[in-house]
Amino acid sequence: MSDTTAGQVLTTKDGKPLKAALARALRREKLRSLALIAPLLIFVLLTFVAPIVDMLFRSVENGIVEETLPRTVAALRVWDPESAQVPDEAVFAALYGDLAVAVEEKKHTRLGSRLNYEESGISSLFRKTGRRVNRMDEAGPFKEQFLDADDKWGEVATWQVLRQFSPRYTDGYFLNAFDAQRTADGIQMKPEDERIYMLLFGRTLFLSIVITVSCLLLGYPIAFLLAALPLRSSNLLMILVLLPFWTSLLVRTSAWKVLLQQQGVINDFLVWTGLISDASRLVMINNQTGTIIAMTHILLPFMILPLYSVMKTISPTYVRAAKSLGANDWTAFWRVYFPQSVPGIGAGAVLVFILSIGYYITPELVGGTSGIFISNRIAYHISSSLNWGLAAALGTLLLVAVMVLFVVYDKIVGIDNVKLG
Amino acid sequence: MANTRGAAVKYDGVQKSYDGETLVVKNLNLDIPPGEFLTMLGPSGSGKTTCLMMLAGFEPATHGEIFLNDRPINNVPPHKRGIGMVFQNYALFPHMTVAENLAFPLQVRGVGKADQREKVQRALEMVELGAFGNRRPAQLSGGQQQRVAVARALVFDPELVLMDEPLGALDKQLREQMQYEIKHIHENLGVTVVYVTHDQTEALTMSDRVAVFNDGIIQQLSTPDDLYEEPQNSFVAQFIGENNKLNGKVIEVQGGECLVELDDGSQLKADRVNVSAVGDRTTLSLRPERVEFDTNTSMDNLVNGRIEELIYLGDHIRVRMNVAGNNEFIVKVRNRGEKRKLNVGETVQVGWALNDCKALDAVV
Repeated sequence: MSDTTAGQVLTTKDGKPLKAALARALRREKLRSLALIAPLLIFVLLTFVAPIVDMLFRSVENGIVEETLPRTVAALRVWDPESAQVPDEAVFAALYGDLAVAVEEKKHTRLGSRLNYEESGISSLFRKTGRRVNRMDEAGPFKEQFLDADDKWGEVATWQVLRQFSPRYTDGYFLNAFDAQRTADGIQMKPEDERIYMLLFGRTLFLSIVITVSCLLLGYPIAFLLAALPLRSSNLLMILVLLPFWTSLLVRTSAWKVLLQQQGVINDFLVWTGLISDASRLVMINNQTGTIIAMTHILLPFMILPLYSVMKTISPTYVRAAKSLGANDWTAFWRVYFPQSVPGIGAGAVLVFILSIGYYITPELVGGTSGIFISNRIAYHISSSLNWGLAAALGTLLLVAVMVLFVVYDKIVGIDNVKLG
Repeated sequence: MANTRGAAVKYDGVQKSYDGETLVVKNLNLDIPPGEFLTMLGPSGSGKTTCLMMLAGFEPATHGEIFLNDRPINNVPPHKRGIGMVFQNYALFPHMTVAENLAFPLQVRGVGKADQREKVQRALEMVELGAFGNRRPAQLSGGQQQRVAVARALVFDPELVLMDEPLGALDKQLREQMQYEIKHIHENLGVTVVYVTHDQTEALTMSDRVAVFNDGIIQQLSTPDDLYEEPQNSFVAQFIGENNKLNGKVIEVQGGECLVELDDGSQLKADRVNVSAVGDRTTLSLRPERVEFDTNTSMDNLVNGRIEELIYLGDHIRVRMNVAGNNEFIVKVRNRGEKRKLNVGETVQVGWALNDCKALDAVV
């Protein structure tokens, strides 16, 4: 509100606008609260938000081609990739100039491995050519010398890849993450036997849902009991629920290995009781079963605690009231108690689902090949294949998937219905 | 709701213990005739709520039997007892609308949809909330929630309705209004009502009979006026209404009367209620409004007292006096606008009739 409309503006006794006076009076308080959260805010920004933004950015970032081969990229702009003709001498000359510099700075192998993600063989092409560049005749002509160094320079496909990935930003990582690729005929799915990520995403979602549901089925009765018991006994039970938190995740996962393996405790017991024969020991680990069992166990407290905190607030008189009105035990539970515990189910389910969708260590240890999650693949690209761009693209997809599911959940259940206590 | 009469309830030698060491309810025998409004009144911990919960079926009786219409119900689960109940905090289901709350007891009884709607609407109109069916309980005021709770307890035509301190959460004015409403609903429907409260005004206003509980025992079971006029023991005299205590010793017994010598030596005649023989310690109970300043020699008891304090309360004046060594002796004087002047420090004579002074068991 401006001074020109002072007629309508409420003012303090000395004529200053009330809003301004109020803002001034509250400014000190605001500054104080800002100062209080500042250390954590800065810490989170530096250690959490910034790395994530940087990582997400890597999924589209592709500056390496233009940085390493600036002249070649410029020269290639006039080349028509549809022409089925290898570029002319000018491009090769530019390539020579760029490569000479790159070899000097030892950057050509990095470019090679980057482009190798898109077309295998390019890595060795660059390494091989890099060794030859110094011996080439500076006067040219370069085309023959390059073709002489490696036949691949005479293939249109090589130049198509180079041209396709010369812009600073690329959708290549994301296409890859969707099991798609860009061919001469546009974007297409990869051949059936090369598709892996969609399968992994699907499996991650499916297993997360299975884990969430089994956590709910196992956790609901416990939370119910916890909320119904008198305080002294419920405290003891609560300690048992929290006990896993005090044990290392690795120890618990390894314990499952001991229990579930074919020569493990459970199989030995079943064979001993004669329920199964020695030859048909159950395969319960290094597959999806192992992942589901171990992760359900590990994530169970995250289901029980929100459920418990919500159930504790449901007064037992509701069930009594329902019974006094003529409902039997089941009806009283299902029509009166259960609906009031839904916020707890919502909170627990969201928590467990989001935790499990990004879980890494347990599937890695007990999942074998059929029980691993998308996060294990991301970790592989981060630490083994060093294809950070693809890892970032997969991570972004995972993040988006969680957010989409969250919005869907909000539409169906309502996020207001989620209560953590 | 065309109940012409309610159910009869009978407690027969009922005992209740939670821990196996102490009895919360000690040998309760109580007959409630059909259509009666009976209030269980007592301080907290007196066992009144436990008695109600045993009747509702939420607490098993440790010993003894409860009958509903001459049928023993100890082994009948709560949902088969067909007893309506109003809870202390109403216990309206928060995830259902008012109409759904009221329809709940009808649904579980398999009443048809059209019938349900009609009964719900009638019950809502009975508590003057006809237009509130689609609201959630949280959108109603405390008084409205209370009415919904009453309507829900009545909608399935129970013969017996239990109320567990239903007005405790309301403010004073609303509470008084609801007292009359519940009383009128009871009169119109003729159901039996068992009502638990610790508020004596509530008990006196609404009840046909009041059972005063203390220490797991019914101290007195009588109509509200008898409870006030004819207390059977000191606890009831103390608990119901205001009361002056005078401690002394019985020196003479003559039929229904007795002569009591107070600790300061003065002698008073009293109605012999709860003393057996000469020499017993006794506590005399005397209502403040029965003490007169306008004394005459025909009065049974005349004593002198010093006025300690005067409190002006509009319709009456409270006079705190020192009588026979008790300086918490209260006299209520109706404000008639007379010129008579009482002054602090003055010693005056007060008097009262023998019948207004009850000789009860001694309290320390």
